[in-house]
Amino acid sequence: MTEPLLSVRDLRVTFPTPQGPVEVVKGVSFDLGQERLGIVGESGSGKSMTGRAILRLIRPPGKVTAEKLAFQGRDLLSLPEREMRALRGARISMVMQDPRYSLNPVMTIGRQIAEALRVHENLSRSATRARVRDMLEAVQINDPDRVANMYPHEVSGGMGQRVMIAMMLIPEPQILIADEPTSALDVSVQAQVLDLIDTLVKDKGMGLILISHDLQLVARYCDQILVMNAGRVVERCAAGELDKATHPYTRGLLASVPRMNEDRDTLPTLDRTAWEGT
Amino acid sequence: MTAAISLNNLDISYSGTRVVEGVTFDVAEGESFALVGESGSGKSTVLKAIAGLAPEWSGEMSILGQPRGHGPDKDLARTCQMVFQDPYGSLHPRKTVDAVLSEPLAIHGLGNRSERIEKALRDVGLDRRFRFRYPHQMSGGQRQRVAIARALMLEPKIMLLDEPTSALDVSVQAEILNLLKRLRAEQNLTYLLVSHDLPVVGFMCDRVAVMTKGRIVEIAPVDALHHGDFTDPYSRQLYAASGG
Repeated sequence: MTEPLLSVRDLRVTFPTPQGPVEVVKGVSFDLGQERLGIVGESGSGKSMTGRAILRLIRPPGKVTAEKLAFQGRDLLSLPEREMRALRGARISMVMQDPRYSLNPVMTIGRQIAEALRVHENLSRSATRARVRDMLEAVQINDPDRVANMYPHEVSGGMGQRVMIAMMLIPEPQILIADEPTSALDVSVQAQVLDLIDTLVKDKGMGLILISHDLQLVARYCDQILVMNAGRVVERCAAGELDKATHPYTRGLLASVPRMNEDRDTLPTLDRTAWEGT
Repeated sequence: MTAAISLNNLDISYSGTRVVEGVTFDVAEGESFALVGESGSGKSTVLKAIAGLAPEWSGEMSILGQPRGHGPDKDLARTCQMVFQDPYGSLHPRKTVDAVLSEPLAIHGLGNRSERIEKALRDVGLDRRFRFRYPHQMSGGQRQRVAIARALMLEPKIMLLDEPTSALDVSVQAEILNLLKRLRAEQNLTYLLVSHDLPVVGFMCDRVAVMTKGRIVEIAPVDALHHGDFTDPYSRQLYAASGG
């Protein structure tokens, strides 16, 4: 069997508080190959923290420990910051939630994407421009030359998110972490953005970690699903077998979503007293 | 019977640019009506015009048989209240729940404030201890409950709901939707709900109007969502994008 791209064992994230340290991720383990993994949970379940911990983006006083956190066999936790920086973006990159806050408002889109490339590769100016143009085309932006000269406030949310995806994919990483990539977008645009991520991930043979609170959406776009609650993985299953999920939390989450063909008078809600924490 | 909300050929503009054109529909008393569409389709603008937040409109608008004027209308506030999308943005950060809920009572000169506030909190399923909290001491779901309580303070007949759950987690969304549904049954409210989430509309509403580019392209009963039998091509596209 080939070695997984990313291997995580017993990942823990803690933050100190006046009441003592609080563990927000309590021992998460998974392996990621060239596949699509979905992490689902409510706010506060630790799903975003898991994504950030992989990239070592948790700042002090937050603390990350793990038995193993390895990317292609290299231990990420002991890597010096310098090498980590070379790896971030180039090998593992992350698409953030809201393009309005994550793009630099005073830099044109073309320059921002070029910057992502320049940091990791040494290319001539014209080669860079050509790559930016190709990338914008790959994310289905019709008029790449015009868009490259625009500022983030001049484009819509969906286009902004495509720009961000372009920026994250241009150094050709092996793993893409997408943290709620579409929750700031409209339903009709959501599908387009996710289809785009899906095609790019498949074409380039990348690994994808899709973090979302939307079970159906994750089920549609992923192969494997982890369900998290209060910092722990409560269920893991193949996306196709989501309806056979057994944990009461997963079942509760599934049942609480209104269906297109709705005939229930009230939606079942989660009995929060039944679980610890949150 | 007079319609709770009656719009006839309504055009709405923002500083000269027309964003909504020729919107016509009636919402019966006690009905739950939905406006769906993408962002920018003008669905929220229709709600804003009814609430008086988008005064640049022409056409006819009447609420419970009373024609609506262009200025602020204190009597309208008694019958028609709005709940906004983002509970993180719609509550004053430096006012306690108590202050937020007493304000409409003070403006309309209503007495028995303490009892009314306690009743409103009970109605939306919040414990008494929330009464003197600030918004930052509550979760998103609890804040949205406060926003709903605020709208209910004047015992309105009509509630304008602008994406009331889209800023919330699915599990919290279920709680708020159940709450809204129960309140409607208990207090015989009329709902005009704006949403981009078709399953939510299917759960909450009786009829649905599909909007795109400032126009209504189709008004259908909610059964259309169950079976997917929309006639307009845009509605079908929207239905397909929502996983129907």
